[in-house]
Amino acid sequence: MQKINRDHKVRNYHQAKWDEPIIFELHNSGERGITLPQVEEEIVNHVGDGVSAIPVEMVRRKAPKLPEISQNRVLRHYLRLSQETLGAAFNVEIGQGTCTMKYSPKINEAFASSPKMTELHPLQDVSTVQGMLEVMYKLDLCMREISGMDYFSFQPGSGTQSLFTMASIVRAYHEENGEGEQRDEIITTSFSHPSAAATAAVKGYKIITLQPDEDGFPDLEELKAVVSERTAGFVVANPEDTGIYNHRIKEFTKIVHEAGGICYYDQANANGLLGITRAKEAGFDMCFFNLHKTFSTPHACGGPATGALGVLNKLKEFLPGPIVENQDDQYILNDKLKHSIGKVRSFQGVPQTVLRAYAWVRALGAEGLKDVAQIAVLNNNYLYHKILTIRGASAPYIKGKRLEQVRYSWEQLTKETGVTTDDVSRRMADFAHHYWSSHHPFIVPEPFTLEPTESYSKADLDEYIASLTQISNEAYANPEIVKNAPHNSTIHRVDEQDYFENPDKWAITWRMYLKKTKKTQEINS
Amino acid sequence: MNKQNKVAHPYIPNTVPQVQAEMLREIGAQTLDELFDGIPEELHYKKVMNIPKALSEYELRRYMEGILEKNINTKEYLNFLGAGCWNHYVPAVCDEVNQRAEFLTAYAGDPYEDHGRYQALFEYQSLMAELVDMDVVNVPTFDWAQAAATSIRMSSRITGRKEVLLPKTISPDRLKVIKNYCSPDIECILVDYEEDSGQINLKDLEEKLSANTAAVYFENPSYLGFVETQGKKISKLAKSYEAITIVGVDPSSLGVLAPPSQYGADIVCGDLQPLGMHMNFGGGQSGFIATHDDLKIVQEYPSRLFGIAPTVVEGEYGFGDVLYDRTSFAKREKGKESVGTQTALWGITAGVYLSLLGPNGMYELGKSIMQKSQYAMGRLGNIPNVVASRFESTNFKEFVVDFTHTGRTVKEINKFLLDNGIFGGKDLSEEFPELGQCSLFCITEIHSKEDIDRLVSTIQQCLDSIRNEERNGVHAKN
Repeated sequence: MQKINRDHKVRNYHQAKWDEPIIFELHNSGERGITLPQVEEEIVNHVGDGVSAIPVEMVRRKAPKLPEISQNRVLRHYLRLSQETLGAAFNVEIGQGTCTMKYSPKINEAFASSPKMTELHPLQDVSTVQGMLEVMYKLDLCMREISGMDYFSFQPGSGTQSLFTMASIVRAYHEENGEGEQRDEIITTSFSHPSAAATAAVKGYKIITLQPDEDGFPDLEELKAVVSERTAGFVVANPEDTGIYNHRIKEFTKIVHEAGGICYYDQANANGLLGITRAKEAGFDMCFFNLHKTFSTPHACGGPATGALGVLNKLKEFLPGPIVENQDDQYILNDKLKHSIGKVRSFQGVPQTVLRAYAWVRALGAEGLKDVAQIAVLNNNYLYHKILTIRGASAPYIKGKRLEQVRYSWEQLTKETGVTTDDVSRRMADFAHHYWSSHHPFIVPEPFTLEPTESYSKADLDEYIASLTQISNEAYANPEIVKNAPHNSTIHRVDEQDYFENPDKWAITWRMYLKKTKKTQEINS
Repeated sequence: MNKQNKVAHPYIPNTVPQVQAEMLREIGAQTLDELFDGIPEELHYKKVMNIPKALSEYELRRYMEGILEKNINTKEYLNFLGAGCWNHYVPAVCDEVNQRAEFLTAYAGDPYEDHGRYQALFEYQSLMAELVDMDVVNVPTFDWAQAAATSIRMSSRITGRKEVLLPKTISPDRLKVIKNYCSPDIECILVDYEEDSGQINLKDLEEKLSANTAAVYFENPSYLGFVETQGKKISKLAKSYEAITIVGVDPSSLGVLAPPSQYGADIVCGDLQPLGMHMNFGGGQSGFIATHDDLKIVQEYPSRLFGIAPTVVEGEYGFGDVLYDRTSFAKREKGKESVGTQTALWGITAGVYLSLLGPNGMYELGKSIMQKSQYAMGRLGNIPNVVASRFESTNFKEFVVDFTHTGRTVKEINKFLLDNGIFGGKDLSEEFPELGQCSLFCITEIHSKEDIDRLVSTIQQCLDSIRNEERNGVHAKN
């Protein structure tokens, strides 16, 4: 038998394709997926059928049209759908820049799925949840070391919700100082994340967006021009999604502080900074870390997650409550914060994420955390170096080294071959890779953003590079193969426009699909 | 230990020194430190972080399990707490599906890598749509509170109005989330409830409704467990002012209770946690929003909405984002509110749960909860001086027990229960001081007759102990 030839690094791959129907099509009248606990005879004798107590106007007359399916078939259906999903555990997941798709250690799932975690009710007496509160308290202490902040809340359920919480704190802070009305602007940058601007707008702020200068740095002169007594806050990612660290960040925060604004830090891009540099020294009043990104907890198809929010002492009383504190060697929940914005999420957020993140920090220690940053940056610069050798690819802005990610461009490839970044994205799926273009709007033409993290070996990176190289070669030699991709995926190109933009044709649920199909058939006949 | 002898970290392959050297050579750098030249010297952190040194996997397991051991869970103690997070049975298949590495570690792939994720979420939307009897359901948001807050903001954009009316019986914590999310531009105004029944006071509602009202929000069952039966009247009143009706529901009730669309809801929201999520100390919450298929409503969703479409090959289902340009992903601050990581995995899990239960399972679930909670109310109400339920309405799953006339506070009773291995109901005496010493109990399909009887007899013991103390002339401390 010949060995599998891996000299050619591009993978000979085909994704699972099960032709699995929509779950409603599996309906078989009378089948059951599960039965429920019996209601004891004595109870029935006491209360009868229970439902007769429902006032007539509140009785459900028509049963929901849910499918009836045996357990085995339900399981098989979802296992097949799982096989048609390329989880990060399966691939060299470096194509989703800004999202830090690192390895989520398996051992941490053992903790997260322990009944000592899963079977806790959030309102139990604190004496019975000392373990969980200890985890939250101790992770807080670690986060303080990493950021220089004085206090962390784990209530926000994502980076977006953390940004929203920070915008809420900015508003409460200025209102407390009698400047709520006057300070109605928040300044951000075009390479900070969309949620930074969007969440500040939800809190009623006018958004001012600084554009990059020719090296890719936010423009300091522009900041000076827009900052004023109307400035409520400044929110920025650093490094931004270009992987460029704004070396004048202290000047930025100083200028905003002098104008009376609050500086808050979007640390979604913190993976190259652990143990290297901190939010506090750069002049920030608040920051957040995504535990599902930098701190390794699984992304879970998009949550549940945690955006750990750190503040300096002066803002502690504004945090959403309750917060965990240690009093006489007992962990307590303190809900008596003087200026608290209230709450942003039910209970204490997503504690199982906090548990995993704490385990991850303890598996690395101070030295390991710094290794994370150093290797993430090493991997990125190696990748960067290699990508620039691929025909048609470039990396706008400064030519020097980058931190943990780079926003690249296929501008030249598109000009010369007609192949776009979206085409490349679909073709990458043929080689078992995930590839994301970028946030909108596309400031960099035909962009793609790669973030290799610390989790991937040199061989892994070489495989990703080889796949991109092959696609570039195909674009120049036979662009149709790229434009018509994917070829090896579960499905082929989706007929996008009409079905997702036209109210007569879109179907967001199966019942809507059936209604609209029937209507079309009636019209046609 | 010098760098050459350092053991590679299992999570970081390129901590192997030879590989590092080779990669540095490739990029033309001498040291790792050089890679950070872009960060000004004065911002370099020179100290070593005060974080304990790395643990091996075994050490980590032992350490973490030691901490977790300090928790007492609801398998060890009998639990009657609900109040927004409910103790239901989670079918094994739900856990199997959401622990699959494919789903657990996926994130934001396109339909070409993540066809299965798109299909599973489309199916979740579709199954939930049947349960709530609406045509549109979103990819889940954070929790019920967020779903309600977003429903209110959607209503405000649709109507151009800036007031929302909510019942005074709403969960105070949920109200905190809503208030913060809606401020500064939308005002939350509370509507009184009928003292005896807990039902919304229609007269007060009518007085507070105006041409400024964007929406009327109410819940079924309410936070305090009773069924609000005036849905039709409330939505009719709202409509007479051209306001939108939003109903928050516990989906586990919808096998037996009428879906809000049948009494006039324009937007339905609530929490998916009862549909297959462990309580997770509050980490199982997940919010849903459902509406009719009306362009003027659909375009106001901030969430992702997955739609089904053909592919270029006949006989394939494809999926994608409906009206993507609504979202902040596309339009930043000009999008509708914001979107990002929320609770998609719980959406998939709720889909699995609904597929397993089907229409009959959902009916039986609702029915057994009704039976068991009525039994518990009856037994508790038979204890002298205890009133169960405090409100003269039909209850689902939760109900308020009034201990005011027992001479004991809820705090004292809960302490006694805790000492006897029982988590008693949620103490309402601070949230609703007007109710006196009241407690919110939760009974689901998992509670057996024996469990309920044990609760009743332990409360009886607690109250007997005070009578004994009184008889013996001993005054209880506190």
